[in-house]
This record gives sequence, C-alpha cells and structure tokens, in this order.
Amino acid sequence: MNTADTLAGTDRTRAIRPRVRLQTDTPAGQTVPRLPGDRPHAESPVGEAVFDVQDLTVSYAGQVALADVSLKIHRNLVTAVIGPSGCGKTTFLRSLNRMSDSIPGLRIDGRILYHGHDIHGQGVDRVEVRRRIGMVFQKPNPFAKSIYDNIAWAPRNLGMKTGLDERVERALRSAALWDEVKGRLRDSALGLSGGQQQRLCIARALAIEPDVLLLDEPASALDPIATASIERLIRELKREYTIVIVTHNMQQAARVADRTAFFSLGLHAGRQTGTLVEYADTETIFSRPVDQRTNDYVTGRFG
Amino acid sequence: MSVTVDHARPLTPSGNLRRRLAINRLAESVATAAAGLAVAVLGIVVFSVVRNGGSAISFAFLTQPPPVGLVGSGGGIGPAIAGTALIVGVATVVAAPIAILVALYTTEFASRRGARVVGAALDLLNGLPTIVIGIFMFGLLVAGRGQSGFAASLALAIIMLPLIARSAAEVLQLVPKSLSDAADALGVARWRTVRGVLLPNAVGGILTATVLAVARAAGETAPLILLCSISGQTVAVNFFDKALPNIPVTIFSLSEDADPDGFTRAWGAALVLLVFILVSGLAGRILLGRTRAKLAR
Amino acid sequence: MFVGLGRRRLSTSVGDGVLFGICLAAAILAVVVIGLIAYEVVAGALPSISRFGLGFIGHTAWRPNFYIFGAGTFLYGTVVTSFLALVVATPIGIGIGLYLSMLAPRAIRGVISPLVEMIAAIPTVILGFWGILVLGPFLAKHVEPWLHSNFGFIPLFGAPQTTGSSVFNATIILTIMIIPIVASLSRDLFLTVPGELQDGAAALGATRWETIRGIVLPSTASGVSAAAFLGLGRALGEAIAVTQVIGGGNAIHGSLFKTGDTMASRIALQFAGAENALQTASLFYLALMLLVIGVVTNLLAQVISGRFGQQAAFTR
Repeated sequence: MNTADTLAGTDRTRAIRPRVRLQTDTPAGQTVPRLPGDRPHAESPVGEAVFDVQDLTVSYAGQVALADVSLKIHRNLVTAVIGPSGCGKTTFLRSLNRMSDSIPGLRIDGRILYHGHDIHGQGVDRVEVRRRIGMVFQKPNPFAKSIYDNIAWAPRNLGMKTGLDERVERALRSAALWDEVKGRLRDSALGLSGGQQQRLCIARALAIEPDVLLLDEPASALDPIATASIERLIRELKREYTIVIVTHNMQQAARVADRTAFFSLGLHAGRQTGTLVEYADTETIFSRPVDQRTNDYVTGRFG
Repeated sequence: MSVTVDHARPLTPSGNLRRRLAINRLAESVATAAAGLAVAVLGIVVFSVVRNGGSAISFAFLTQPPPVGLVGSGGGIGPAIAGTALIVGVATVVAAPIAILVALYTTEFASRRGARVVGAALDLLNGLPTIVIGIFMFGLLVAGRGQSGFAASLALAIIMLPLIARSAAEVLQLVPKSLSDAADALGVARWRTVRGVLLPNAVGGILTATVLAVARAAGETAPLILLCSISGQTVAVNFFDKALPNIPVTIFSLSEDADPDGFTRAWGAALVLLVFILVSGLAGRILLGRTRAKLAR
Repeated sequence: MFVGLGRRRLSTSVGDGVLFGICLAAAILAVVVIGLIAYEVVAGALPSISRFGLGFIGHTAWRPNFYIFGAGTFLYGTVVTSFLALVVATPIGIGIGLYLSMLAPRAIRGVISPLVEMIAAIPTVILGFWGILVLGPFLAKHVEPWLHSNFGFIPLFGAPQTTGSSVFNATIILTIMIIPIVASLSRDLFLTVPGELQDGAAALGATRWETIRGIVLPSTASGVSAAAFLGLGRALGEAIAVTQVIGGGNAIHGSLFKTGDTMASRIALQFAGAENALQTASLFYLALMLLVIGVVTNLLAQVISGRFGQQAAFTR
C-alpha cells in the first residue's frame, strides 16, 4: 500500500478509458466542454516533488485519524484524494498547509517536506506556509466585502500594493470570473451565485500567487453546471499551479486528476483509522487498481 | 499569471512577514494585557474589601445593631442584613411570577410583533438608570406618605423584572419543541402543557435567572437612597409604612462620613454584600451554563 | 394550533383562556410600567419645566435658596465622565472580548470569562466606597502629579488636589463599570463570526491580527458599537458610585482633577434634603433628562444591533 509511486502512463493505460468517465454529473444533453489539447489522463511528465509526505500520522486528542501516509505530490499536476467519508482525506489536506494547527489536541507525527523544507521545521511560520499553499474550502466562504476587496484583501496584507487593479483583474480572469463581474467589482460578493462565489474564492487564493492550491471538495455545494465550470478551471490552472483536490466524487477525480490517491479506513493498532491504500496515475486507479479495496471502491462495491 | 515568487526557498518568514508577525504579537499582547488588567482590577477591589472588612466580621457584627447614635466602634449590621433580606425577598416574590408570565407570553402566545414590542420594553426597562426608577417610585408611593420598605421592594422588582423575563424566555425557548408538540398532538390543553411540560423543564433555568437577579438587586443602592434610606437600629415592624435599614444604604451613608469606625463597619458590610453577590452570581452563572447545555442537547 | 381539533372540554378552553389572559396582562404591565415611569417623572418635573422651560438644560446655576435651578453643570459632568470612560473602556473591552473569544485557550477562557462578568456584579456602592478610600488617595498621590507634570499643558490635567475626590476618579470608576459590559457583549459577538471565514482568511496567509482587523471587526462593528452604547447608557445613569467619588460642587472646572457633579449624582445627593418643592421638581427634571438619554441610547443600541440581525447576542 505504500507509495505506489510508479510512473504509469504507458501505451497500455492510454488505450483504456476509465469507464466511470462516461457517467458525468451534468444534466442530460450537457457535456463538459473540453479545452483544446486538454488531455487530463495523458502520461504526465512527473516533475519535481512539491510535497514529500513521510509517515504522516495525525491524531486528535489521542485518537489516530490518519496513519502512516507516505506519498509525493508533483509539480503542475492535479492530484486527487478520494475515499469513503471518515477516511482522513480532509485531515490529510488540511495538514499540508497547517490549517489544522489551531485544533486543540492535534498531534502530527512524521514529516511533510515542501520543496525539501519541513513545514513544521524550526523557524517556519504557518502564516508563511499558508501564504504559499493556498486553500479553497468545501463551502464557498467569501468575505462580507465587495468583490474587489475580497480579492485585494490578502495582497494588501502582503504588501503587494502596486498594480492592485491589474492583480485583481488577473486573478478574476484566471478564475474565469472576470467577464461575469467586471462591471460590478464594488458590489458585495455575497450577491454572487454559489458557483461564482466559489470561483471568487479561487481567484482570491490566486491573487497572492501561491505555489499550490488545496481544494477541499470545492464543488460539493454546487449545482452541475457550476461544477463543470470549476472542473474546467482546475484543468486550466494546473499549467501554473500544483493542485491537490479532495473529492468524494469519483467521476470528478477521473475527469480532472492526473494522479489519484485512494484513502480508506483500515485497522491501525487495533483501531479503524484512515490510511492510504493506493496511489497511482488516475487511469491506473480507475481501470487496473492493484489493491482489491481500491477496485471495490471505484466499481462502487464499497463505501 | 506569472509566478514571481520563488517557492523553493526555505519557509522562514519572507517579505514583510517579519513585520506583520511583530504587529500580530503586539496586538495579541495588548488584548491579553487588557484581560489581565480586568482580572487585576477585580482582584484589587476584592482584596481591598476582604482585607479591610475581614477584621470587622464576627458573629456579633452579623447579628448586633449598630452602636447607639450610629457613631463609635462596636455594633454590627444585623438589622441591615435583615432589612436587605426582607426588601429583596419581597421584590423577588413580586418580580419572579410576573417575569415568568411575561416570558411565557413572548415565547408561547405572542405574535412576532407582540414579542418584539415586549422584548423592546424589557430592554428599555433594563437600560433605565436605576435612580430614575427610584424617582418614579418616590413619586408614586413615597411623596406625601414617607419612605417604606415596600416602595424599595417594588423599585427592585422593576429592576429584576427584565432580567428574569429575558433569561426565562431564553430557557423556555430551549425546551425541546418536540415535547410540547407531542402534548399538542395529543390534544392536551395548552395550560396543562405549560404546567406539566414547559415549566418543569425550564424550572432550573428560571431559578438560576432569579438567583442572578437577586444578586443584582441586593447591591442596588440608588433607588434605596430615595425610598428607604435610614440606618436605624431595628427592623421596622411595619414594612409598608416605615423605612428599613439595609446594607447598601448603610455602606453609602458610612462612606459619606469621615469616621474611621464607620469605615470599618462599611468595609465589613461591603464584605458581607460582596460575598453574597459573588457566591450567588457565580453559582447562578455555573448553573445557567449547565441548564443551557442540558436543554440545548 | 391553539384551538384543538374535535370536542374540547370546558376546562381546556377556560384554562387556556385564563393562562393567555394572565400572560397577556403581565406583558402589558411590563410595557405599561415604562409609560407610568415616564408619566410620573414628567408630572414630578412639571413645576420646574413650567418655570425654566428648556433653558434649564443649559443653565449652569443651581441655587436652591434663590429658587434658581439649571442642569448645565451636571449635564457637563455627566457627558465628560461618561464619554471619557467610554473612550477608555471600549478599546479595553474589545481587547478582552478578542482575548476571550479568539486567543485564550479554552480552559483559561472558562476561568476568565466569569471573572470579567463578576466585575459587572460588584455593587456600585462598594466600587464607590473603594474609590473614596483606595483609588482616590492613590490617584491624588501618584497618578495626578505624574499626569500634571508630564501632560500639564493639556488643560484637563490641572494641578492635583489633595482629597482624591475628582471628576478623574469618577471617570475611572465608570470605566471599570463599562469594561465588563463591552467585554462580554463583544466576546459573544466575536464568537458568532463563522469559523469558515476565519479559516478562509488564514488560508490566504493572513496573521491572526489581520484576520481580526479585516474580517472579525468589520463584520461585528455594528454590534460592538451597540455594546458601547449600552455601556454608555450605564455610565450616564450611574448615581451612587459617582456621588461617592466626584466630590460634588456647582462649578464647571476645566481640570479633571477638580470636583464636579453629574445629573444622577445630584439627584442621589440632594433628593432627601431638598429645601423646597421647586428643588424637588428640578431634581425630577434631571431624572427626566436621564430618562430621555437612557431611552435614546437604548433605542440606538437596539436599532444598531437589530438592523444587522445581531440581536441574539443581547438577550442575556
């Protein structure tokens, strides 16, 4: 089960399309528009590892939530984390940028190396970690500010004050929201639709030029059309960013991710805890998983 | 978007982060210091009262009347304790039932609008300077007739009413709707539901709200200065026609005279009052938290 | 739903009617009491109102022997002490609220929160007594000379007095009274700020202070100002503690270290010993002014907090 960190993507895997890909969430008659040249499942030239997670164990108040996870997350790829609820997906994601730090009684063992630097190392401040590793949450959480100020707030904090208007526009364009909001930047962000709010949250994260985007079930609160636009956006964004997405929706993982990690509940020291079962190219996970549990899950016999 | 930041560099604070973290630390220390200051002020006040009043406390102090002529050493605050107990007791007996009925009205019977009007009235009452309530009661009961313990009780009852009503309404709202719905579905009369289901479930919360209101009323001085301000030797037999000695007025009048023996008695009286208020206040708060947690479950 | 289906027994309808009736009566009583208070206070003040009119409010002379009364001096004292207290107490109260809601570990919060609320429970007569015997001498001996020698160029910090009874002392006592009000209300407000917004800010590389300043304070600003208004209302109407420490007097002084008087304090001090009916009526007039100020600050607080849907935090 440990890092099945093999370079997949041979001719063989390319021939077989994962069958789940055919079942989309979109309503009848709608198809997810594809970008020209977009090949989410093509063999990806696996570049340098952005994250090197080593034996990560997370426990809350003595209860182990996630045990012994080791994997590498690579640059400019979309990495999906899937698995049944309670398997520690979100716990895993939130430990990557130390978002879980503030939870009382939390304990993290093992190491998370980010570009070779331990994110819990000496002299590391979590504010700096989060500044480089952005996060978008399950429920859109725009601030009760104008659309413009939602985007401009973090750059202002960071002292990126010159060319703020251009920065806001760039962020909104990158999040494919510019055309919809350019005429009403001073309006409250709370007036946007759910899907627009979520893209605003992505734009907000992009405005400070992070390295990595962590997406925690970013489309789970959205309707199918909004979901499709978020997925389109994710595929677009990986050119510039490294993306890790947690999703409970296997089809979504199949549509957007280059690599997929399957987490499940397993016995660890006599207790049910989240563990990493299998990690490989998305096509491998969905068509020829090595582990029986993965196979059960992706074929719908489990969870 | 061009990435202008080198993300491979170490994770130590970069750019303006050092300055921002310093500002953050400063802000956090200031907030912590503010909390420390509040606790320190409480500590200093309580310490002063305990230190200066502790020596005055004795069985005689708690039971004896003050010295003849109210000056000189010796004597106690027995009548004042009895007076305060009587005044606050009557105030509670008047205020609590009315407050519970008001709370029942706002939670069970009132339209949204009616509940808002009553709620606003309670907030207004709660916000009125207590000396104004004292003046009102003076005009109503004392002018032309003389001070009385009863007038003081009514003034304190007005002060207690919004406190108890607000908390009682909150507790009544916390009683699970399913309980009264079940009774309604069975065709049980509303008043039986209120008596048999609502009140028994809310009684703990209402009691603690009453305890907190008593703690507040016991130290209330402004209305008593107008309505019941003597530091006499005995508790008047006629509660309705005569003023009674009581602790707040005792402390107030002793504090206005530069008599060292008087100051000692005042510290002692302050200690008695403070202990009663802090103990009942603390107990009430703990109980209220428990009731809330129990009903919110 | 009040009317049951099918046959209803007599006891049901009678019992429910009676219950509804007495509840309604109690509620009406609560509303009527306010009207009654206003009526009684206006009626008591009438002789003074008809004699002095609105000029009473600004007139600064108070000479019972000559049947001349004006509220100016006391209005000034009330406004100065209350506003200075508010200016000092609000930031401290907000700081405590922030500490208790966002900074303190849960266990410490559970201890300090009730302690802060205890301050509000101390009877003002005890606070005033402490102000006379402990705070006053300390201020007169240490704080006032220091302020005078360092900031004496500001007229507020004049030459220190020996007694310790001063506007300054009263202001500090009022500050101590307001702090717990602002602190506990703002703590409750800060706790209502959704965690996901704070997470969102943290995920953008914001420090805690930036999150507080940029997200928490703006979204609770209306409620916090309502809390400040409630605190102000409390300070404006406080009679006893102020009477004890402010020293009394009929003159307006520029220096905070001199004595002064407030409306509420004047009522408490002179009501029992009023020399003539007009003086009593004038004290009623002061009470009327306090009533109006109390109602206005309270309504303002209700409007500010109500309009932004934060009423929940104000039901204790």
